Amino acid sequence: MAIFLTKESKIIVQGMTGGMGSKHTTLMVEAGSNIVGGVNARKAGSSVSLGGQDLPVFGDVKEAMAETGADVSVVFVPPAFTKDACLEAIDAGIGLLVVITEGVPVQDTAEVWAYLDGPANYGGTRMIGPNCPGIITPEESLAGITPHTIAGKGPVGLVSKSGTLTYQMMYELKDHGFTTAIGIGGDPIVGTTHIDALAAFEADPDTKAIVMIGEIGGDAEERAAAYIKDHVTKPVVGYVAGFTAPEGKTMGHAGAIVSGSSGTAQAKKEALEAVGVKVGKTPSETAQLMRDILETL
Amino acid sequence: MEYQAKELFAKHGVAVTPGIVATTPGEARAAAEELGVVVVKAQVKAGGRGKAGGVKLAKTPDEAETHAGAILGMQIKGLTVNRVLIAPAATIEEEYYFSFLLDRANRRYLCIASVEGGVEIEEVAKTNPDAVKQIPIDPGTGVDEAKAREIVAESKFPAEVADQAVTMVQALWKVFVEEDATLVEVNPLARLAGDVLEALDGKVSLDENAEFRHEDHEVFVIREEEDPLEAKAKDKGLNYVKLDGSVGVIGNGAGLVMSTLDVVAYAGEKHGGVTPANFLDIGGGANAQVMADGLDVILNDQQVKSVFVNVFGGITACDEVANGIVGALEILGDKESKPLVVRLDGNNVEEGRRILDEANHPLVTLVDTMDGAADKAAELANAAK
Repeated sequence: MAIFLTKESKIIVQGMTGGMGSKHTTLMVEAGSNIVGGVNARKAGSSVSLGGQDLPVFGDVKEAMAETGADVSVVFVPPAFTKDACLEAIDAGIGLLVVITEGVPVQDTAEVWAYLDGPANYGGTRMIGPNCPGIITPEESLAGITPHTIAGKGPVGLVSKSGTLTYQMMYELKDHGFTTAIGIGGDPIVGTTHIDALAAFEADPDTKAIVMIGEIGGDAEERAAAYIKDHVTKPVVGYVAGFTAPEGKTMGHAGAIVSGSSGTAQAKKEALEAVGVKVGKTPSETAQLMRDILETL
Repeated sequence: MEYQAKELFAKHGVAVTPGIVATTPGEARAAAEELGVVVVKAQVKAGGRGKAGGVKLAKTPDEAETHAGAILGMQIKGLTVNRVLIAPAATIEEEYYFSFLLDRANRRYLCIASVEGGVEIEEVAKTNPDAVKQIPIDPGTGVDEAKAREIVAESKFPAEVADQAVTMVQALWKVFVEEDATLVEVNPLARLAGDVLEALDGKVSLDENAEFRHEDHEVFVIREEEDPLEAKAKDKGLNYVKLDGSVGVIGNGAGLVMSTLDVVAYAGEKHGGVTPANFLDIGGGANAQVMADGLDVILNDQQVKSVFVNVFGGITACDEVANGIVGALEILGDKESKPLVVRLDGNNVEEGRRILDEANHPLVTLVDTMDGAADKAAELANAAK
């Protein structure tokens, strides 16, 4: 089992013919993902060969879904066009929308979320991202840019705001492996939250333990802690980045900012520890905490 | 800064008196001669300017000149005051608070309004939370006239100024949406003599991600007030934040770099309390030129005594990163003498480490783990103190 993405998933790529899109479509094919086509209105009707597969290009998401049965879309279009690409996919009723694009104006994401959260979302679309590495169910499917060679299948579920910390943690725990690893993204507003992932991992019988990686900014980690207290029975290990971040400075991710006394790493760590989550001081220590837990299971 | 916020207010029809910006006491005098009784206000990106002595009433041009002379050059929360705003003094009957902001937790916008006291809004929120109204705004529908009326009624604006408040709320909403702001704040929103509503002070935070559709926002960037290293990094398209320590940090991915800063600070506890000197994320494609640009910025920081290069090879594999480091050191040439500690992990790590071993650069130390490398970098920085 896995969450949100399995080997049955049929994936299309919005922006497949662009630089990022074609590079990562190739890598997704190599990872074993079932990529069934792409979307580009100007190149509809053509096809491109990526990773040894001939992939048809459709005019829009609706057409692509009708022709291929796709239920997942990965978005690589530039920030200025991301909002429209997302709305199009939601209108088409896509099941999972993975938005890789970095640099999307937050008001655009807010509009997409309002749409997603309202009656227009008849298809029940789940969005991951934006500004994220996407989702990988090792040895089954990759919808995003996570290197598929880092780690294989195993009992750990991973949810993280950061891409490279996802990779780092997968690497540290590669001997154990993962059910699914999700990068939810570093923007102030994202579609899938820590809580959504925790709920799904809790429900997934193959996930035995969960690593949750957070960083400064907002209060997603504090809310996740409250959720863990009431709803998560599986062991959770946490890591929070940004203890040394100065107040008022954006640290790379648009959402990674300490405002006044809120959003600090210390507050997040304390909230997690208060509900029994062990929090590592460094990624390596966090991985060790998880190894200790896995040995007792 | 206040005067910039007021420019945006004026642009969208918010009732405001922009005033005149002065950078010398003489300019302040000239402005006061034009405006009459004025308030001289320090312009820095920080709150608490009044408490710091950065806001003064001037009844005459002489006083305006004197106050400007005292305020210009003053430090407020570590920021030097380079300009003052000369604003006409107003008779304030009542002060209110109003803002639109991004509500991250609920993934929508929030309007916060209070008719009981403006400037000390945090205090009001603590002592009399009912007086501070929080009204959610749906990003899909926004604020039309009906919503603006609802906001004004719910926040209990007095009847005498209610219609003006409705107009102002709509104008502030235009500032929020049309400028891609994450915060539009008016504090105080003042009721002046004659029941005139006016934005006396304000703050606007703009979304950097939306810069591509707001080329006109460039005028708000004041280059000489930016940290010179931050400005240089920005010119090269690097994601850099200057900090106070002595261990330069360079890595790929915002999360990993933030984590690296923390790990360096922990390691520093054992090495004379050294701390990280900067945040620098060179992103996914760590080629030689990007690595060289990054190192160039960091090594120009006089406070830096050692550099920790922490890269996880993902899409860009470790051998490419290693070639990038070797190439960067070639680009930088002999002028460099600060030690570099490199930690590589991830795809093709053996090949990456082999390339660095082979290059055998005298300044480079290769350490296998992130914690170990941070320790080494901290030790070297401490030794060079």
